[in-house]
Amino acid sequence: MNTKIFGALAAVALLAACATQEQAATGGGATTAGPVPGSQEDLVANVGDRVFYDFNSATVRADGRGTLDRQAAWLAQYPSVNVLVAGNADERGTTEYNLALGQRRANAASNYLRAKGVAAARMNTISYGKDRPTAMGSNEQAWAQNRNAITSVR
Amino acid sequence: MIHIPNPEFRRRDLILGAASAAALAALPIPVHAQALSGGQSAVIDVSRARAEPIPIAIPDLGGSDGAAGQLGRDMSRVISADLARSGLFRLIDPAAFVGGAAAPTAVPNFGNWRVTGAQALVTGRVESQGGGNVRVEFRLWDVLPQTQIQGTAYTTTQGNWRRIAHIIADVIYERLLGEKGYFDTRIVYISATGPRDRRTKRLAIMDQDSENNRFLTDGSWLVLTPRFHPSRDEIAFMSFANNRPRVYLFNLSSGRQSVLGEFNGMTFAPRFAPDGGRVVMSVASANGSDIVSVDIGSRGSRQLTNSGAIDVSPCFSPDGSQICFASDRGGDQQIYVMDAGGGGARRISFGSGRYATPVWSPRGDLIAFTRYGGEGGNFSIGVMRPDGSGERILSESWQVEGPTFAPNGRVIMFWREGRSRDARGSGFSSRLVSVDITGFNERNVDTPTDASDPAWSPLGT
Repeated sequence: MNTKIFGALAAVALLAACATQEQAATGGGATTAGPVPGSQEDLVANVGDRVFYDFNSATVRADGRGTLDRQAAWLAQYPSVNVLVAGNADERGTTEYNLALGQRRANAASNYLRAKGVAAARMNTISYGKDRPTAMGSNEQAWAQNRNAITSVR
Repeated sequence: MIHIPNPEFRRRDLILGAASAAALAALPIPVHAQALSGGQSAVIDVSRARAEPIPIAIPDLGGSDGAAGQLGRDMSRVISADLARSGLFRLIDPAAFVGGAAAPTAVPNFGNWRVTGAQALVTGRVESQGGGNVRVEFRLWDVLPQTQIQGTAYTTTQGNWRRIAHIIADVIYERLLGEKGYFDTRIVYISATGPRDRRTKRLAIMDQDSENNRFLTDGSWLVLTPRFHPSRDEIAFMSFANNRPRVYLFNLSSGRQSVLGEFNGMTFAPRFAPDGGRVVMSVASANGSDIVSVDIGSRGSRQLTNSGAIDVSPCFSPDGSQICFASDRGGDQQIYVMDAGGGGARRISFGSGRYATPVWSPRGDLIAFTRYGGEGGNFSIGVMRPDGSGERILSESWQVEGPTFAPNGRVIMFWREGRSRDARGSGFSSRLVSVDITGFNERNVDTPTDASDPAWSPLGT
């Protein structure tokens, strides 16, 4: 049994306290030897499923470029995997503007992936605006987590 | 998308088909009463800056039998609550009434009402008729000059009593203040339940006094930003059904829903044109969103902006000639006004921070907005003239958003969010609030769940 992978998986799940309910549920397949390659759990544990943005910005940051580079390489490794890129905004804006801002963020991440060779047909984008926060606090720390684009296997 | 063809949503036909209103003949004022008359009328000009509330007495409407008497008491309660909530009336405490309730079919003893301090008096009577019908008679009296201002009788089904009470409150409001009321109206809004990171959001609708709340969708998909059609029993809203976020039309009578227009990307922020024939909304573009106009009949669309920025939240002027909207084309989000056909956009907001969600008053004289990100960091709801002058803040707190005007342009409703105290989202809340356009009379609006995105219906729909 590979305890090292287990440890890494658990740590990621904690870090991303944000993990959605489904991820927490399916990601808990902890009786097998780690995530199935090419799966959502694999993406979360070994690649990184999300990039973060500055306030009112949709420019991919340097740390985000690293994550997206790994996502592009991972998608090249699993050519049958298609993804949804979901853009999100923090609560400090209006619903309608944040829908547009979240779409900008999803577009920015997806455009970056396309520039790295991921076929456009393999990616869909969606924006939830401020309606799908992963961190529930009302402070800068929570907002920084909620300004993101999250890639998920579909 | 869930179809809920529920006849309970229907309301327009209740009055039109089953009720009739008739003017009552003025009762002859006795000679001895005429001799005592004189004094200031209760009728005022509400456009004055801050009118003193009109003191009004509303004794229970009488009844022809026990059931009718109960209905009369219930109707008086609804009428009283409507008028009191407006902030423009002061209800006389029934404990001060002299000689019991007025005989509904007689001229009141004005002297007995004058001593209570009332300037206006409402009397009336409910009569049970066959087949579940009732006849509701009401009169509005000007106490000091001792005159009848209004006398009307409504015949309707008993189940319709609440709506008749709102209509009577609107008549009282209009006759005494000289402008239309807003009590026979509804609010469509978004109901929210569940933890903050997994909110279940449902379309909901209720009377403006929070009664008759109903849920229109079941929460399977995220829904946002409902708006009322100006004359039909129809709303436009945004749904994430099948993970394709689009603007939908929802006919409340038939329960039918349909996607509005064919666009590749997300459509959002809809609003009906004043003539009801078109919807303006935003369509996601490569680096922002454009404003388009979609014809409801033909579904043909026309692009109105093409700035490459986020152009969002369009709203027509009531005469249909102009559209206000928010855009970050100049860097920060600000409010612009353009011609209804597109073009001629000019910025009108210049205060500190960002401006969003502009909404044109039905009177045409003001644009309400959400402002945030300025000094202090709070959000606020305010109004300015369509040329950008005369900005006033009506309400400010941690987070407020999304003004909607009552159909007479006198009251604004919006929503207020409470700040999370911890990482679990404790303390987060979202509630509807109303405020007079003078900035006075701010009140919480009851909803059975957390609520956001209110939109006020036209009068009498």
